[in-house]
Amino acid sequence: MKRSLILAALVLGILAGRAAPGVSSDPFEGEAAPVPRTKIDELVFARLHQLGIPLPAVCSDAVFVRRVYVDVIGTLPTAKEAKEFIQDPDTKNKRRLLIDRLLQRDEFADYWSMKWGDILRIKAEFPVNLWPNAAQAYHRWVHASIAENKPYDKFAREMLTASGSNFRVGPVNFYRAIQDRTPEGIAGAVALTFMGARAESWPTNRLAGMAVFFSQVGYKPTSEWKEEHVFWDPLGASTVPGNSAPGRAAVAAIGQATNSVPQPAIPAGTNRGPPVATFPDGTQIKLPPNRDPREVFADWLITPKNPWFTRSIVNRVWAWLLGRGIIQEPDDIRDDNPPSNPALLAYLGKAMVAGHYDMKRLYRLILNSNTYQLSSLPRVTTPQAGANFASYPLRRLDAEVLIDAINQITGSSDLYTSPIPEPFTYIPENMPAIAIADGSITSPFLALFGRSARATGMENERNNKPVPAQWLHLLNSSHIQRKLEQGPKLKAIFDSGRKPSEIVQELYLTILSRFPTPEEAKIVEAYGLVQPARPAPAASSGKAGDQPAKTVVVKRRDDWVDITWALINSTEFLYRH
Amino acid sequence: MSTNPSSHRPLPAANLMGMSLSLPLSRREALRIGLFSTAGLLLADNWVRAAAETPPATTPVAAPPIQAKARSVIQIFLWGGMSHNDTWDPKPDAGYDYMGEFKTAIPTNVDGIQIGELFPNLAKQADKFSLIRSMTHRNNGHETAAYLMQTAHVPGERLAYPSVGAVFALFKSPTYKGIIPPYVVLTQPQGRFSEEGFLGPKLKPFATGGDPNAARFEVEGVVSRGITDARQKARRALLDKMNTMGHTLAASPQLALSEEAKKQAYELILGQGREVFDLSKEKPELRDRYGRNTFGQDCLAARRMVEAGIPYVVINYPGGWDTHSNHFATMRRQCPQLDQGLAMLLQDLHDHGLLESTLVWCCGEFGRTPRVDWQPPWNGGRNHHGNVFTAVVAGGGFKGGQVVGASDAKAEEVKDRPVYPVDLLGSIYALSGINASAKLPHPMGTEAHVLPSASENVKSGGLLSEIMS
Repeated sequence: MKRSLILAALVLGILAGRAAPGVSSDPFEGEAAPVPRTKIDELVFARLHQLGIPLPAVCSDAVFVRRVYVDVIGTLPTAKEAKEFIQDPDTKNKRRLLIDRLLQRDEFADYWSMKWGDILRIKAEFPVNLWPNAAQAYHRWVHASIAENKPYDKFAREMLTASGSNFRVGPVNFYRAIQDRTPEGIAGAVALTFMGARAESWPTNRLAGMAVFFSQVGYKPTSEWKEEHVFWDPLGASTVPGNSAPGRAAVAAIGQATNSVPQPAIPAGTNRGPPVATFPDGTQIKLPPNRDPREVFADWLITPKNPWFTRSIVNRVWAWLLGRGIIQEPDDIRDDNPPSNPALLAYLGKAMVAGHYDMKRLYRLILNSNTYQLSSLPRVTTPQAGANFASYPLRRLDAEVLIDAINQITGSSDLYTSPIPEPFTYIPENMPAIAIADGSITSPFLALFGRSARATGMENERNNKPVPAQWLHLLNSSHIQRKLEQGPKLKAIFDSGRKPSEIVQELYLTILSRFPTPEEAKIVEAYGLVQPARPAPAASSGKAGDQPAKTVVVKRRDDWVDITWALINSTEFLYRH
Repeated sequence: MSTNPSSHRPLPAANLMGMSLSLPLSRREALRIGLFSTAGLLLADNWVRAAAETPPATTPVAAPPIQAKARSVIQIFLWGGMSHNDTWDPKPDAGYDYMGEFKTAIPTNVDGIQIGELFPNLAKQADKFSLIRSMTHRNNGHETAAYLMQTAHVPGERLAYPSVGAVFALFKSPTYKGIIPPYVVLTQPQGRFSEEGFLGPKLKPFATGGDPNAARFEVEGVVSRGITDARQKARRALLDKMNTMGHTLAASPQLALSEEAKKQAYELILGQGREVFDLSKEKPELRDRYGRNTFGQDCLAARRMVEAGIPYVVINYPGGWDTHSNHFATMRRQCPQLDQGLAMLLQDLHDHGLLESTLVWCCGEFGRTPRVDWQPPWNGGRNHHGNVFTAVVAGGGFKGGQVVGASDAKAEEVKDRPVYPVDLLGSIYALSGINASAKLPHPMGTEAHVLPSASENVKSGGLLSEIMS
């Protein structure tokens, strides 16, 4: 078996130690035996040991550089970045330092705004219907919060307690992105987003008790087209017919915009919420009349002793970086769905509280562990091994990351548009897909490769499952073929006049972020038009017949295109590994 | 929407249920039948399989016997909204302000039915199709009206329903065994609304791209320009050799799924699947009779596809019909192509014995204002008109040579027998053996049905029983 040969080679490689960095015959695994380096490793490795699951090696530098770029900034390293990292002799510190650098990159905020955009449903049109200005305001706020590394408890509290215009106060759109705006609907969305819990699996009285906190959320239009205010509306004023002034109805009634429409008196006794609300943990509270109940709830939510809040966020981030939650699905936290490693979850929660909800600190903690840095070639493939993080799991690149990577390699770009509302929306040509604010702005590629529809806020709305239509597109579409044939960055490599072996190396570094192995270089060099070698000048006089005819491989441009095509259709390119 | 109570009749549940030929399904059964083949790993099934998050049922459930007249559907979508009174519903007596340049109506091969002067070929096929001259929904926005016409659900509800094509793909894929996806659109997807709705991206139509009227119909992903089969095979072999990590991880169950999908893709790229798209297999004279233009060859490609058993084919009219300005010139240019292509499609389906099993429907999201707008900037244009317009149906159990309903003397309002989207789609589902009250699998488990249920108070004039055989 080819596979066992390769595995044997890997094992031998590990035993024999390594040559100089970059010139390894094993592209995927490093020499380091997986020793526990952090508290996370101690907890994970102890659990694996207890289960009798063997560990693979730690991943190679080449695998690490690609993995951490894709996971942290959703962007492929350039050939230069990959090469410099692989050849950096500071093996002791270079991974840690790279993690620090990536956490400061602009793409960090782009990529994580995209992830939060799925959860928070940042989408202008159907079925979320935020409207374009509001979707942009919402995204701007999320992006700024991530860029400034706003503590997560503050991030959540600001969103839950926001009031004001959907165009100006970005976070109020949290309440507008909820399709079911009943108190129960809002409570359900809050539970899903900030507690990682699906209210459908709750006892009904728990949701009803929590809904009381959201029974005084008001929505009212203004005279600006599609502007809407979200506000604390204890008397239910916004539900009184004819009381939406200064909103659209009033404008229509008098034919011009004004703020001085007479207000009908608010009938007495329209207070909608009963005064007693119940926190999801069962504690009852009498709502103070002078305080927005959303604030009361938010203050309870973000206390460290809340059993959902901290666990939910550390579990989510873990799942984002390691492919699955300690509680899986990460938005399905409930008593009968226990964590695979309770001590690990508890430790991460404690660390999060101790770090005052510093998100980058949490990323750093996880990324620097040997658990995160394990090889993606599992020694055991049982479900139990997967649930306990016995290797780094293979995952297809997200739709946006995949097309951005292809565009970066080829030097081309894609068109992203929204056909609703008219006039159509277009975004600047060089904007990467991970930076698109609004889920309504899209392309056929993003739809085909399972970008989240952002309708529900569930993690599993993003669908990375393989279907044949995706393969048709990658293997044989004019969209991809055009990029391969005409992409200026590729052209520059093909036409650089360098030796074929150097071009091969550049292609591998650009596409797979590593050097080719000698075997791979041989395969690539053999691809092309095989021709008899030009006979030597007349001096050989008839002796040529004694020797076997020599052949050479002539590389035409199409051969380089085919080689590039094969690299971007390889498992190694398409999957996080 | 109309506020006229006389045109408002809640949908009678018994009407839909009575017409549908299958048994009412429970949600679970619908899920199983709709999403999972019971006959093992069918290729077509795989195109859709990933749409479902739930694991396949372990005990196979036999699908209830379905007695469908229509095996396949061809939908010709005249997007933008084609003028109805210039074409299917002429009103020569309404005068110049309404008729503009097209003053006459012409007789057809059915006594008493006249159509517009731009449709001489269709006039010879009138015995094969029926005209619904009282289509109405009173909605004048492209995207909302397109949504209404292809889902029958009220736009602006919080759920985005799937279009009729996606519903066909969902319910027909267990019995359809082809390699080509069950829901195909020639050549560009509609764009203005999401055809798959909440069913998710796996039920998106397969958009062919390319131009069937070109020397080679380059179906996106299937037929690639400048790549010969030899090169395709050399590439495939190269990828196989170079896929170092893929080989190392050959045992990964996750990669196995992907490899299976890749194998299926290659069945289309290098196997027989692509032949359906190869119009050079047809006689040149036949191609000529369809018209050597994109729409004409779309029609021919559609006939080849239903012949191959593909359940649902959309021809998304190239260029569209949104003729606010330059109206009459556009009609003079496009109508002859529509006339020739559609007339030939009906004739050819008939000649191939396919018309009885192929339901053809043709309409836009609305009609256009019957009164010409002579003012600048329109200078003789027609605007959106959802109050009344015409839909055409043929084959698959629909009778030919009939007219349903009528518009008023100026083609502005329904005069007789309003037909709402739910009536048209309900009739199409009934003839195709799809239970219109079946539940659809919603990712959040929200209750959703193929068509709105009686309690949703959607306007209905009743199924088109008068033209259903």
